[in-house]
Amino acid sequence: MEPKRISAPLTDEMIMELKAGDNLLISGVIYTGRDAAHKKLVELLEKGEEWPVDLKGQIIYYVGPTPAKPGQVIGSAGPTTSGRMDSYTPAVLKYGIKAVIGKGARDESTRKAFQEYKGVYLGATGGAGALLAKRIKDAEVVAYEELGPEAIRKLVVEDFPVTVINDAHGNDLYAEGRKQYAKA
Amino acid sequence: MREVDVKLITDAVAEMSKEANYFLGDDVVQAFEKGLKEEESPVGKEMFSQLLENARIAREEEVPMCQDTGFAVLFVELGQDVKLVGGDFNEAINEGVRRGYTDGFLRKSIVSDPLERANTKDNTPAIIHVEIVPGDQIKLTLAPKGGGSENMSAVGMLKPAQGAKGLVDFVVDTVSKAGPNPCPPVVVGVGFGGTFEKVAYLAKKALLRPLGEPNPDPFYADLEKEMLEKINNLGIGPQGYGGRFTALGVQLEVFPCHIASMPAAVNINCHASRHKERVI
Ligand code: SF4
Repeated sequence: MEPKRISAPLTDEMIMELKAGDNLLISGVIYTGRDAAHKKLVELLEKGEEWPVDLKGQIIYYVGPTPAKPGQVIGSAGPTTSGRMDSYTPAVLKYGIKAVIGKGARDESTRKAFQEYKGVYLGATGGAGALLAKRIKDAEVVAYEELGPEAIRKLVVEDFPVTVINDAHGNDLYAEGRKQYAKA
Repeated sequence: MREVDVKLITDAVAEMSKEANYFLGDDVVQAFEKGLKEEESPVGKEMFSQLLENARIAREEEVPMCQDTGFAVLFVELGQDVKLVGGDFNEAINEGVRRGYTDGFLRKSIVSDPLERANTKDNTPAIIHVEIVPGDQIKLTLAPKGGGSENMSAVGMLKPAQGAKGLVDFVVDTVSKAGPNPCPPVVVGVGFGGTFEKVAYLAKKALLRPLGEPNPDPFYADLEKEMLEKINNLGIGPQGYGGRFTALGVQLEVFPCHIASMPAAVNINCHASRHKERVI
């Protein structure tokens, strides 16, 4: 199956076309954010304040890379465990984030939120940090510099490979894939 | 008595920290190649080809295969005829970790306190296990351990009456619950027997065996095979996207135990199954 190509900003219509199990190649801009950045962003939402960057329609990548070697744009940059972001994800989807990239299972309320707010959960290959770093062409801190490796970075990616895990129709690749290949 | 300067230990640990994170073992690469050929799920096949490409890039460019470059776990077999000179043994190991993780551009993933969570900024301290053995050599094995797979591990104090079936069920159930989180395909280390702390140590030590090398006892070798088959029948598959390869191997280490107990432990390792050895 040929992978689909997508770029942010993503619209509801684009999201509705994605199905769990689709392989995608992302080109263009994505933003990094993990626990500490999510906490700050959700606090701003609760206070009704603006975010330091406009992320409506954008893609967030849960990643904490290794330090870049001289000459590298970024160090090895595979996904981190998404479950730690579950408590923040419904709020950021409600705000207008359209896709998040990570690895590992999401809780039920997060899975439902992808349906409710028309978003998708994308999996990048866990442990393929060296490969994924090669698809990142530029990296620049755009908010919360004080968080160091957890700062929000704007990444420019080319053919960044991901798989749709939870789509906006309520499908879950983890559950369905497992059922399909399980043997008694 | 043979005198060994602890600086040699520091140098070895620094080099192994980098090598373990850059160069995936041939045994694991071969298991990926087998997976690429035999995996039935198309998404699963794609995962194996990404993992092979990832290992190639890491090796050629000398960069970490995974961004979680792990907790530095050291297994030391210290010959009883060795006299260590030139400094503190534990500090020599920590200095090696500090140097390797800094010079090697590896991620510093250790916090000084489980609640305060301030990063120690040099990936120390290492976890150090020492066994005194006959001879005048020192064998060092460094096994950096990622958090994602470590978090999915478990210890169970089973009842002797549960027998072999109890062990198999506990192991399969632990991997089943872990699902996609430990970055499958995984390597499953199993400890069986001993005490509460010994069994966890055995499970971790089992991960150091080359992939595919069975337990020397044919009964336990068969049990390893049975567990591997049951785990792969779960259907979790590469990355949890569904498929026939959930684990690349199950490796079990056994030890005598108390009449009243039957401890079991499962230490899950991700496909970034890293360990390097050095003899001084
Ligand atoms: S579980 Fe292993 S492969 Fe996955 S992110 Fe952690 S260290 Fe890397």
